[in-house]
Amino acid sequence: MAANEQLAMLVQPDRVHRSVYADPAIFELELERIFARAWLVLGHESQVRNAGDYFTTRMGREPVIVARQDDGSVRVLVNRCAHRGSMVCAETSGRTSSIGERFVCPYHGWSYDRGGELKAVPFSAGYAPGKLTELRLHAVPRVEDYRGFIFASLATDGPSLEEFLGPARASFDDLVDRAPGGELEVAGGVFKHVYHGNWKLMLENHLDGAHPAWVHASSVAVARNAPEPGAPGKEHYYDIAVRQMRQNGAPDAVWEATGMWTTPRGHGYMGDYHSDDRLVTGAGNPVFEEYRTLLVKELGKEEADRVLRVTLWNTIVYPNCSFMSQFRQLRIIHPLAVDRSVVYTYCYRMPKAPAAMFRDSIAFANVVNGTGSWVLTDDLEVYERVQRGLTSGEIDWVYIARGHGRDIQEPATLRGKTGTSEVYIRAQMRAWLDYMTAQPSS
Amino acid sequence: MTPEQFLFHEAQLLDTQRYEEWLALFTEDATYWVPLEQNQKDPHETSSLIYDDRTLLELRVKQFRHPRAHARAPLARTIHQVGNVVVDDLIVKSTLTVIEFRNEKQRLWAGLVEHQLRRERDSFRIARKRIDLVNSEGEIEGISILL
Repeated sequence: MAANEQLAMLVQPDRVHRSVYADPAIFELELERIFARAWLVLGHESQVRNAGDYFTTRMGREPVIVARQDDGSVRVLVNRCAHRGSMVCAETSGRTSSIGERFVCPYHGWSYDRGGELKAVPFSAGYAPGKLTELRLHAVPRVEDYRGFIFASLATDGPSLEEFLGPARASFDDLVDRAPGGELEVAGGVFKHVYHGNWKLMLENHLDGAHPAWVHASSVAVARNAPEPGAPGKEHYYDIAVRQMRQNGAPDAVWEATGMWTTPRGHGYMGDYHSDDRLVTGAGNPVFEEYRTLLVKELGKEEADRVLRVTLWNTIVYPNCSFMSQFRQLRIIHPLAVDRSVVYTYCYRMPKAPAAMFRDSIAFANVVNGTGSWVLTDDLEVYERVQRGLTSGEIDWVYIARGHGRDIQEPATLRGKTGTSEVYIRAQMRAWLDYMTAQPSS
Repeated sequence: MTPEQFLFHEAQLLDTQRYEEWLALFTEDATYWVPLEQNQKDPHETSSLIYDDRTLLELRVKQFRHPRAHARAPLARTIHQVGNVVVDDLIVKSTLTVIEFRNEKQRLWAGLVEHQLRRERDSFRIARKRIDLVNSEGEIEGISILL
């Protein structure tokens, strides 16, 4: 396996070796050293409200069950029978009742309770006394919550969640603070789109202010000729999406002026680039005014203004999450192979906000982020073309130099001098190298 | 023209890339819906793989023709195979199998389809088309074709 010195040669200040995206052996190492070490976003407390509620997901390639315990804590269990290795739960979500119903392995009927404890084994007389008490569903060692978002790490030690997130906490704060009562819930279904490209391509693309004018040229052009968004009371279902598509065609100066911050752990976030008042502040919209009134009543005018003035666009939580706090869309990426990834896209509802706001979230998801979107599919096409291009053995390097040497070191963040700086890739790659070359904990 | 013949005609327009003529089959108040969830009731409270009213559908077709529509350049070749047509007055249920070929990759899509038709002279127009893909809730690739 690649020695650390060899890995270090792959990531240079302004370029990255193509094998980081294309070498299956590097990918295997990423699963061990990144996905089995970092904190990963698994979901939200609303997905496991009550004791016994569970959902299944992946941590890297590990299938896991996220289950609410009787004491209110959340436990993450590796979805693998201790006996012969079958997945014990095939459902995407559900509820184990407190009496009887358990995670039962379909192969030989070994059953486990919601805490992962082995409760019953057919033909148990065949085992030496006490042998089976050592067995259970493996519990993921670290599980934490940040403002309702569930994180877990497969490593027994490492930085705390708070330290891991660092300044990126502010993006979760933005998402939660905007919700009246601080209440959010996953709602409206889950898009699951696959692309034939490396997982890092999506995390990079979501902070790339130089790509929309090119990748999304066609949807920008079409949206410009779309009917003008309707006046209050006469809106079209798709107005929010048309506004977003048009905004992707913002002039270069807008992208250059957008804030671009990164953290030492590879996270990054983008200041808002929207100049459309309706999108940003809901100007003139009665639904938004109703929502603003709710926030003012709850927080006071000063605090409500502060909350609504936060202008963040995409946030990347390296290595598995991307979200839009303002539009309440969150994506989790699961690496499947060096050249294959699947992205789960969730919408969040603010249950105490006007219902129409969630309909806007749904429209936005359908037209911009959904599996059949003309915006998303152009991104996917480009990821696949990059992956195919990187199979070329003639050229070794991927250039990530835009803005290099001009990045601005701030107390907790490294900021691009302009919004189109590739500082976010450099930060992700630096974090990548840190994970890949860190001494493994025994 | 029978409803069944009309569905075959619609499929043929798609398979010969006559997308503007296909669009013209839809009424001004039409919807074209590919739900995300099985038995999905509502297009506004739950996301959809595609939910277009007539305006969005027209924009979608225009986007197909844009020279920098990367996921559609070149346009996919498709075969829309329509089967099991059951006609109940103007509501027509059928099964759809689509083979898509583009950039050395062949994909297969399949679903249950429901058309709400309106009579127009000796033919029909489409007031509502709903396609429930068998794998709508699964891990699927981006949908860059018309179903």
